Formats: sequence, C-alpha cells, structure tokens
Amino acid sequence: MKILIKNGRLIDPASGRDETGDVAIAAGRILTLGSVPADFQPNRVIDATGCVVAPGLVDLAARLREPGHEHEGMLESELNAAAAGGVTSLVCPPDTDPTLDEPGLVEMLKFRARKLSLCRLFPLGALTRGLSGQTLTEMAELTEAGCVGFSQAEVPITDTLVLQRALQYAATFNYTVWLRPQDAWLGKGVAASGAVATRLGLSGVPVAAETVALLTILELVRTTGARVHLCRLSSAAGVALLRAAKADGLPVTADVSINSLHLTDVDIGFFNPAMRLTPPLRQGRDRDALRAALADGTIDALVSDHTPVDEDAKTLPFGEAEPGATGLELLLSMALKWGSDSGLSLPATLARVTSDPVRVLGDALGSLASSAGKLVAGGVADLCVFDPAATWTVTPGALASQGKHTPFAFDATGMALPGRVRATLVAGTVAFEAAAR
Amino acid sequence: MLSRRNPQLNRNGELVHLLSIEGLPRDVLTHILDTAGTFLSVNDREVKKVPLLRGKSVFNLFFENSTRTRTTFEIAAKRLSADVINLDIAKSSASKGESLLDTIANLSAMHADMFVVRHSESGAPYLIAQHCAPHVHVVNAGDGRHAHPTQGLLDMYTIRHFKKDFTKLSVAIVGDIVHSRVARSDIHALTTLGVPDIRAVGPKTLVPGDLQGMGVRVCHDMAEGIRGADVIIMLRLQNERMSGAMLPSAGEFFKNYGLTDDKLALAKPDAIVMHPGPINRGVEIDSAVADGAHSVILPQVTFGIAVRMAVMSIIAGNEP
Repeated sequence: MKILIKNGRLIDPASGRDETGDVAIAAGRILTLGSVPADFQPNRVIDATGCVVAPGLVDLAARLREPGHEHEGMLESELNAAAAGGVTSLVCPPDTDPTLDEPGLVEMLKFRARKLSLCRLFPLGALTRGLSGQTLTEMAELTEAGCVGFSQAEVPITDTLVLQRALQYAATFNYTVWLRPQDAWLGKGVAASGAVATRLGLSGVPVAAETVALLTILELVRTTGARVHLCRLSSAAGVALLRAAKADGLPVTADVSINSLHLTDVDIGFFNPAMRLTPPLRQGRDRDALRAALADGTIDALVSDHTPVDEDAKTLPFGEAEPGATGLELLLSMALKWGSDSGLSLPATLARVTSDPVRVLGDALGSLASSAGKLVAGGVADLCVFDPAATWTVTPGALASQGKHTPFAFDATGMALPGRVRATLVAGTVAFEAAAR
Repeated sequence: MLSRRNPQLNRNGELVHLLSIEGLPRDVLTHILDTAGTFLSVNDREVKKVPLLRGKSVFNLFFENSTRTRTTFEIAAKRLSADVINLDIAKSSASKGESLLDTIANLSAMHADMFVVRHSESGAPYLIAQHCAPHVHVVNAGDGRHAHPTQGLLDMYTIRHFKKDFTKLSVAIVGDIVHSRVARSDIHALTTLGVPDIRAVGPKTLVPGDLQGMGVRVCHDMAEGIRGADVIIMLRLQNERMSGAMLPSAGEFFKNYGLTDDKLALAKPDAIVMHPGPINRGVEIDSAVADGAHSVILPQVTFGIAVRMAVMSIIAGNEP
C-alpha cells in the first residue's frame, strides 16, 4: 500500500520542521517528506490542504479496560477511540483484572492489539504481584513480553522498604518505574482539600498526599539511582518538587492529565460525577502551575488519562461514583487549547504529545525510539492529519470510546474545542478517517 | 449549561426542591420563615391539620437511619394532610443491591409527589433531583457532611424568634464542624440573612481553616470563640469521633470545648444556646446549660415542624 498525503502543513516537533509539502508512504514507512519522487505511484491520495500532518500522538496513560472490565471498555472500542483521536501509540497501566503481572497476559494484549492494527500498544507491567505492594513481579520476563516499564497504577506502595527494593531491582536492569505520587492514607478523600470540598462536604485529599509521596519517591531515586516517571502531577507544590529534583539531576520525568491541565475543583459544580477524577481536580493556582510547567518542559508530557467508566458506576452520588473520564479522543484538542492559551507555537505544543513522550519511553521502545513521535524519512508512518482551524463540541454519545463520561462535555462546560482529526495512519495504513465534510 | 444552573430553582426563580441553603436568595429564606410562622398556630389547634397537600404522596427515603428527623417530617407532612410513606432503605433495597436511581424510578412509578431524602453521601439529593420526574419535589433531610437545610432554617427561625434582627448578631458554632451538615447549612443561612459575625469554634482536626472561605472566623480557643456571642450553636459530637485520631477522648473535648455555665458567662447575658440534637450531656454540653434558662433546644424542635410544613407547601406550590 502506497499513500500520498498532499499539500499538508508538515510539522515535526523534534526537528522543528514546519513547512507545507507532501508525504509519500510505502511499506509502512515514510518514503519522503516535502517533495515526492516523480515515479511514486500511490494507491491512495489524501488531500491535506489546510491540515497539519504531524506525528501520531503518543499517550502515556490510557486504560483500555481489558481484561476484566469489558463492561467499561474493550480493546477494539478503545483502540478505535485512540485512532479517532490521532493517537498512534499508547501506554496502558497494569490495573486490569487480573493485573498485568504475568507475561502471558501482556503477550495476549499485544497480540490482540496488533491484530486490530488501530494503535500501537505498550503495556506497563505491574511492579508488584497483583499490585499488592508486597512481592516484585518477574520484570525481565515481563519486559521480554513487551512491557515498557513497571507501575503500581493507582495503588500506592505503603511499605517503604518494598518501594526501595522495587526501585533498586528495577535500577539494576534499567527499567523505568512509573509511579503516581499519592500517599495511601492522605489520599483517601474524594475531592481536593480546599474551599470547594469544605463547602460541599466532600472528604478532602490534601496537597500533602502528593508531596509526601513525592518526597519519599525522590529520596529513594536519589539513593537507588532508579529512573522514575511520575504520573499525573496535580499540584503547584508537586511541580516545585519536580523542578528541584530535575535541577539536581535526578533521573525523573513527569506527565499531567488533560483534566488537571484545564479544570479546577470549582468545576465540580453541583456534585457533577463527571468531575470525579484521580488525582482530584485542584485549585486555580495548581492548574496554572501545571500549565506553566508543561510549557517550560518541567513536565514532560501531556496524557489523556483515558479511563472509560460505565453509566452505572458514574450515576451515583459524587463520592461513590467511580473516578475517571474518557480522554483519548480529546487529547489533541486539549493540547491545542492549552498551547494557544499559553501562546505556544504549534510545533512546541505538539511536542508534549509526540516527541516528548517518546523521549520519556526512551530505550523501552526499541527500534521505534528513533522514529515514533517524529516525522523522519525512513521512519514508521504513524501520522495524525488534523484541521487546526476546525472547532467542535463534545457530544458524549458521538465518541467512539465505550466510556461516554467526560468533564469536557459541552452541556457541562460550554467549551468549544480546537482541532479535529481528519485521518490517522498507523504503520502506513489508515486507522481512522473522518467522514467527508 | 444545564448542570451549572442552581437545580433548586425553576426558570422563574421559584423553589422546586430544597437541596441546600447555599445559593438561595435572602427573600426566599425570609419567605420560608414567614410561612412557618403562619403554621405555628396550626400546631396549637385541636385539629392540627390544614389541607394544603391533600391527595399528595410524600415518601420519606432514609438511606441513613434517623428516627427523629424522619418523625418531624412525617408529622409536618401529615399536618399538611399528605399521605406519608416511610421507607427505611438502609434496611431494604440498598442491601439487596438496588441502585439509588433504580429505587427512585420504582418509587416514582408509584406516583410519588415528594421525596424527603437522607443519605450518607454528600450530594445524593442532587442526583435524585436531576433524575426524577419534573413534577416530583425533593427535600434534602441531610446528605453526608454537605447540608441539612431544614435544620438550618429551623435554627434561623429560632434565632429570629428570640433575637428579631440578624444584622447585629454574633453567632458561635462550636464543635465538630468539618463533619457537620448542620453547621454548613447554618453558615450559609446566617451569611445570607446578614449576620456580621460568625465564628466556627473547635480544634484544628474538627474546624479546618478552609471554612474561612464560607464567611466565618475560625477560632480554636473556646473563650475567644464564645466571648460576647448572642447565639451559641453547639454541635453533636458523633461517637465514632470521640476517640481516635480526631480527638483523644470525649473527656478532653468537654474540658476544652464543652459548654458549661462558666464558659457561657463569657457570652452576652441574654445569649441563647442551641443544639440540633440529640445532645450528648457531658460531652459537648453540660446538663446545667442544656436544661438552663439560656437553652432554646426544645423550642427548636417545635419550630422544626412548622418550618418543614412551610418548606413542603412552598416547593409543592400550595402555600397557605
């Protein structure tokens, strides 16, 4: 299959390329960028006039819900959502049921995702068996099966000795450990501590839930030398600790979710369960600090934190509702909105959802590391073609994801979102194409 | 922007549910208190009934146990001539795994006109109000830590009865404020009615600094908190908080924050002492104070019936 993408604005955040031109694709790879060889005979031509042709998005946090939570999401529905959102590679945390602590499970997921060929799937293995925080998993076996790192998902390790050993062991083999910094005890509430939670009578999660855990993790990074990716920071104080750790040269990276980047606890309104999220939405100054940290690169990547939740689990009182929101189809628009709000160029904006997450993944991507999240002649043809001038409003029923709950639904926020995906290519084949305008 | 609109008011600004005092205009609160005043005489009649809710079905949905509040709502509804159905859901459907909204759908199919809801989760009555049929009214009878608006209103009725003017008062609310829906409703009502000085008094584990955002002064010292107060509202300390990480013991709490005659002497000479009940004698309040001349705890209960009658008749659109 040979595809010609014509007349698009080619943006490669990694190299800074930003020019109008064509892309020739053959055998799953980018043949040429800019101009096309005279003898190139495409089977298909995609007219990208007025559109941006960017590397496919790389999402470092998306739950697909399989195995074990098929009522909330299936591999096929969620990978279709990824393709519809221009996401061509995603990392999924191990909090499935059973958890991803056995190589067979990881191989099965990778195999099924490959058969669907909608999006590349990079699972995180469980750091401890069953995420119980007690016994380490067989990390070498899991890596061989395709895991790109090890994570506790939403289950903090309460035993600091186990955490220290997990980091020591992972550091031995250069595996990256992905941790969401949250103290198990301080993190039990349902909304961020603050005036809103106090007024609504919701149990609070103080900023200290994040900073106490961060201080522990960072100190153990210092002593073990382990490489740690900090998932979904939520507070200004957390950002300050991360910034100091990076200044000290600690091997840490971090991401933030589209939810924390755009919303605050005020958006909970009258107990809207769509705003029940982990980490909880914090105050305006936290959001501002997260936005600034993503802009200056202190936070490396923007993630969807895609978590499909079914209707029954969401139509409950706020504190009983299951945390999480659908996000894969919103990632691009939320990045663009943040970028334009922050006065960033399109290449700088897109870097946080393409080349920067690839840098976070590093060697774990193997041969893909050199071309995923980038536009490189000879590299994999994972591409996102989108119309930057188009705006849309989120109608939950129209989303491809099985999860229909999003805080960005138009009837809740009244928000119009910038950017619409027109086509997504994974390994040179069309994984998604928008219906003709 | 449906979910941003105050769900208690219809498009004409009329009260259709009572979910929280927050966001209600002063004239709505005053109207409820005035209406309650007209009902007070009904309670003294030989035949204690008015026909305002005749033919209407009021369902008391108590997902959390409460005999006292449920009884006062039942009496209020019956004095308005409504048919009252009490459902102790803590012991029935929820334990069989039925979801909250399924329970509501089933009861709506029985042609309920009003739900009086108590639930352990903050915000549960909002969910019910958003999902019930348009003609059905919801009264929040206490949700988690969030709100207990009829208690707040009866407290305001009591204060107005004894003090007349809200705009010169100092009101101290003492005790476990962080877990108290009564305190939150009282604070919203007091600020809306123009009380200039509201103090929240208790240890830092029970009185968070964030409360200042609601328009109160936070005091951790009891003497400072009640000095010169016109009204002292004591809150019930729940048994499960009496010992543990919140407080070391009920005795130590009483020593620091329990209301005794000695401490009461710091307040204004004509101060009134209120309590939403049931009281813990010797934990938050000394018997001498609870039964003393300043106590208006029992009038609160009497006014509570009239206030609940007023709320139910107003939201049903059948006012006297």
